[in-house]
Amino acid sequence: MKFVENQVADDTLDLVCRMCPLHLIEPGEKLKCLKKGQVLEVLTDYDGALDDIPAWCEKCGQEFMGFDEDDDCYKLYIKKTKE
Amino acid sequence: MERVYLDNASATPVRKEALEAMLPYFSEHYENPSTVYDMGSKIKSVIDEQREKVAGLIGARPGEIIFTSSGAEANNLAIKGVAFARQKKGNHIIISSIEHHSVLNSARFFERMDFEVTFLPVDKYGLIDPESLSQAIRPETILVSIMHANNEIGTIEPIAALSAICKENGVLFHTDAVASVGNIPVDVNESGVDLLSLSGVSIGAPKGVGALYFRDNLRLMPVLHGGIQENGRRAGTENVPGIVGLGKAAELAGQELSVKQTHLKHLRDTLVAGIIERIPQVIYTGHPEKRIPGHASFCIEALEGEALIFMLTSVGIYANTGSACASKALKTSPVLIAIGTPPDLAQGSIVFTLEKSNQAKDVEYVLEKLPLAVEKLRQMSPIWRRKATA
Repeated sequence: MKFVENQVADDTLDLVCRMCPLHLIEPGEKLKCLKKGQVLEVLTDYDGALDDIPAWCEKCGQEFMGFDEDDDCYKLYIKKTKE
Repeated sequence: MERVYLDNASATPVRKEALEAMLPYFSEHYENPSTVYDMGSKIKSVIDEQREKVAGLIGARPGEIIFTSSGAEANNLAIKGVAFARQKKGNHIIISSIEHHSVLNSARFFERMDFEVTFLPVDKYGLIDPESLSQAIRPETILVSIMHANNEIGTIEPIAALSAICKENGVLFHTDAVASVGNIPVDVNESGVDLLSLSGVSIGAPKGVGALYFRDNLRLMPVLHGGIQENGRRAGTENVPGIVGLGKAAELAGQELSVKQTHLKHLRDTLVAGIIERIPQVIYTGHPEKRIPGHASFCIEALEGEALIFMLTSVGIYANTGSACASKALKTSPVLIAIGTPPDLAQGSIVFTLEKSNQAKDVEYVLEKLPLAVEKLRQMSPIWRRKATA
C-alpha cells in the first residue's frame, strides 16, 4: 500500500459515515465527471476501503495512486486513466 | 352523533389524492427499488421524484432529503447521526426543555456516553431566549436541537435567530419541524438550519413515513445499518407507497398553505375567544400570536384533562391532553411545567388542533358541548367546590 503526502486532487468524494459497499459504487460515478488524467480524492472511515479501492481500480483500469490519513478518515487517490 | 376530530397534531387523515397515488405501489409496482432490472430502477426514479416534492416544500435540494419511517426516526438520525459523526470534535449537546420525546430521549441517550446535555429553559409562552443559547454554547458544543413549533402549546420558536447563533459558533443546528411543516411556511435557507425533521402523519400522508433534511455534504452516522438505501445513510428497503404518499401530500401542502393558514387561523381564533368567554378559570397556553394557526391549547382549572377528553368523546369530540406520544404516561406534561404552569393546573390540559377539513360548525359544536362537560366535571370536583365556597 503506497502512502502519499500532500496529494492534490481535482475533486473530492466524501464517503465518511456512509455504508459499505458505497465506496465501490460512488467513485465510478464520480470519475465519469472527471477528465482522463485528473485525480479523485475519496474520503472514507471504512478500513475495508484500503483493500477494496485498489482492487476496484485494478479491475476497472483506473490508477490507484495511494492513500493518506486525516484526523477522522482515510484519503485515497485515484487517477482517471480510462474513460 | 356528530363527529368532530380536533386532534390533528396526533394524526391527520390521509388525503384522498395521497392514497390514490400510493395504491399502485402496493400491487402493480411492488418491485424492490434496489434491483438492477428496469422495474426496480423505475421505482427508484419514482422515489427520487418524491424527494424533489418533499425538498420543494421546505426549499431544499432533493439530495438533501433522507426518507425515514417517522418524524421520531428523523429526530433520532439527526441527533445520533451528528453526535456520533462529530464526537471527536466535542461532547456537548444543547436542546430545549420542551422538546418532543424523540429529541429528549435521544439526547439523554448520549448522557450515558460521557456527553453533556444542556436543557435550555423557556419563558411563560414556551419561547427560547436567543441570548440563553449564546451563553450555553461552549467550545465542545457540537449540536443544538430546538423544535420549530411545539406540538403541545403551539408556540413557534425563533429558529432563524437561533441557527444564526449556531453558525457564528460553528455548531450544527437541528430543528424538529413535525408540528410546523404544512402549517406555516418553512424554508431551510431562510431559517439557516442544518438539519430538519418532518413527518407524513402531520400533512395528510400515511403513518410510517417521515424525512430528514440535512445540509449537503453534512456527515451523518447511520442509525440503521444495512444496505446502501438513501445513499448509504439509512438502510432498509424503502417504504415506497408511504414515500409516494408523502410526496403527494407535500406537493399539496405547498400549494394550499396560504389558504389553509387563513382558514385555520379564523377557526382557531373563534374557538379560543368562545372558550375564554364561556368557561371561567381557563388559561390559554402558548404564545398568543407566535403560534401554529390551527392550534388552541388550554389549562382548565380544577379538572383532569383525561376525564374531560372522555367526556368530550362521549359527544363525538376528539381532542388531546397534550402530546399523543406521552398522553398515557399519567405524568404532568414537562412542557407545561417548563412554561411555569402549576402542576395542579397542568392536570387540566386540553389541546385542540384543527385541520383544513374542519369547518365553522365544528367549532360551534365544541363551543356548545365543552362548557357543559367542564361544568359537569367541576360539579364533581372537590377542588372546584372548595374554590367556589372560598
